[in-house]
Amino acid sequence: MTDHIAEAPIAATGSSARRLHWSALRRSAMVRRVLVLATLALLWQLAATFTASPLLLPSFTQTMTALWDGLLHENLASATAASLGILIKGYLLALLLGLIFVSLATANALCREALITLTAMFNPLPAIALLPLAMLWFGLGETSLIFVLVHSVLWPFALATFTGFQSVPDTHRLVGRNYGLTGARYVGSILIPSALPSILSGLKIGWAFAWRTLIAAELVFGVSASQGGLGWFIFRNRNELFTDKVFAGLIMVILIGLIVEFGLFRAIEAVTVRRWGMQRG
Amino acid sequence: MSSVIEARRLSIDYDTEHGPVRAVDNVSFTVARSERLVLLGPSGCGKSTILKSIAGFIRPSSGDILVEGRAVTKPGPDRLVVFQEFDQLLPWKTVRDNVAFPLKVARGKSGAEARALAEAALAKVGLARVIKDYPHTLSGGMKQRAAIARALAASPEVLLMDEPFAALDALTRGTLQHDLLALAEELQFTLVFVTHSIDEAILIGTRLHLLSAHPGRTITTFDTSGIGAAQLGSPQFRALSEEIRHTLFGRRSGAAA
Repeated sequence: MTDHIAEAPIAATGSSARRLHWSALRRSAMVRRVLVLATLALLWQLAATFTASPLLLPSFTQTMTALWDGLLHENLASATAASLGILIKGYLLALLLGLIFVSLATANALCREALITLTAMFNPLPAIALLPLAMLWFGLGETSLIFVLVHSVLWPFALATFTGFQSVPDTHRLVGRNYGLTGARYVGSILIPSALPSILSGLKIGWAFAWRTLIAAELVFGVSASQGGLGWFIFRNRNELFTDKVFAGLIMVILIGLIVEFGLFRAIEAVTVRRWGMQRG
Repeated sequence: MSSVIEARRLSIDYDTEHGPVRAVDNVSFTVARSERLVLLGPSGCGKSTILKSIAGFIRPSSGDILVEGRAVTKPGPDRLVVFQEFDQLLPWKTVRDNVAFPLKVARGKSGAEARALAEAALAKVGLARVIKDYPHTLSGGMKQRAAIARALAASPEVLLMDEPFAALDALTRGTLQHDLLALAEELQFTLVFVTHSIDEAILIGTRLHLLSAHPGRTITTFDTSGIGAAQLGSPQFRALSEEIRHTLFGRRSGAAA
């Protein structure tokens, strides 16, 4: 071909410049993030020192000490592990159900209507409101918690994934059909990757809903877990007025949220949808 | 002369709210091996619809299409399509994997074999340097080159192109037209090409099939096998261009450019 000399260098410079720009941006974003967290910690410390009432507002350093203490000498680590264990079970079960549901909805008009209607009904219903009913049905225990967790994840995840499948560009569909792809191969190699930005956002929303639902459930019906979870840790220490430990428990909730958001979801996005130019960073 | 494609008394209806609307009415044509048939007409003449029915995406209401003597019933990799849209390259695959993918899923090649064929095809269209890049980093012209390489690499019975250069700027379009012609001379592939540009049709095609709009009906055909890039802008080329314009749009000279 005659014009590759004219075209290629432009694109080559463009892509390397973008890579450079990106890494610089990521570095500075990290710097900004640390700066924001440090400022918040400083303000907190100042406010606590000024208030001088550890019972109402323990300082940042007191909270960190309580966190360290809780991890080493108390059951903070095992409570966190217990919460996470239940969370992962409920989350994975909901994802499995969601994928089955969405697959059926993509293939069949009646299932599609069922999905849309059920999502519209159940998505606005707070999962925690189902806990009393769940405990009536399944008793005090893990099953009840998993039931509400599934409820909190299934609908937003199914909705996001279904929307993602619906908005796969016609060109991608035609390309897949042009190769003679059908059934599971068509879904696996065309629909899922093309809908990945929506699927990932469904996973993120589902995770956030699951985490807050679980902590709330443990706070309200703390004993329902076989071992006390993180919510129960917070509730128990609040009853005994160990406010610094309450703060330590809350910090733990936040930390895990941050780790999953930045360590897991952002990392997955960086090597998939953002690398492919399907989502802006 | 053996024909690769035979379309017989093809009629295609679209379902709309107000009932079926005829898009293509009783169109017949054949395409011989190594021939480049251009379907040319104003918008609404059903040229893209005919191409989609050859690809197997749309079922004709009546009539049938034979490719290598077999009736078309569904899409398949023996009829690979180059679309107009830039997003026809799958964004989650590198340029090389985009070309290698149909070789693997539709031609049963091993991974290494498919990659080697893909690299060769991409080198042919001048994209050897970007094989490991993702499509979103490519210009529009490069994306269309990659899509052509993808279709060529799988060596289909026939290449179908649906206004592949329509979304490009004039300079890039000109270059890609010439490069496509050079590839056709070299590889002698069979091509069905849809366009609404008269000059592009004369340049690319060896035979033009002119269609009228609403519904799409055959007006006439032109043999343009003697006219190529060398004749571009010549009096002969301009005269033919003008004649086709008159045939498509009536006797008002220069009415619809």
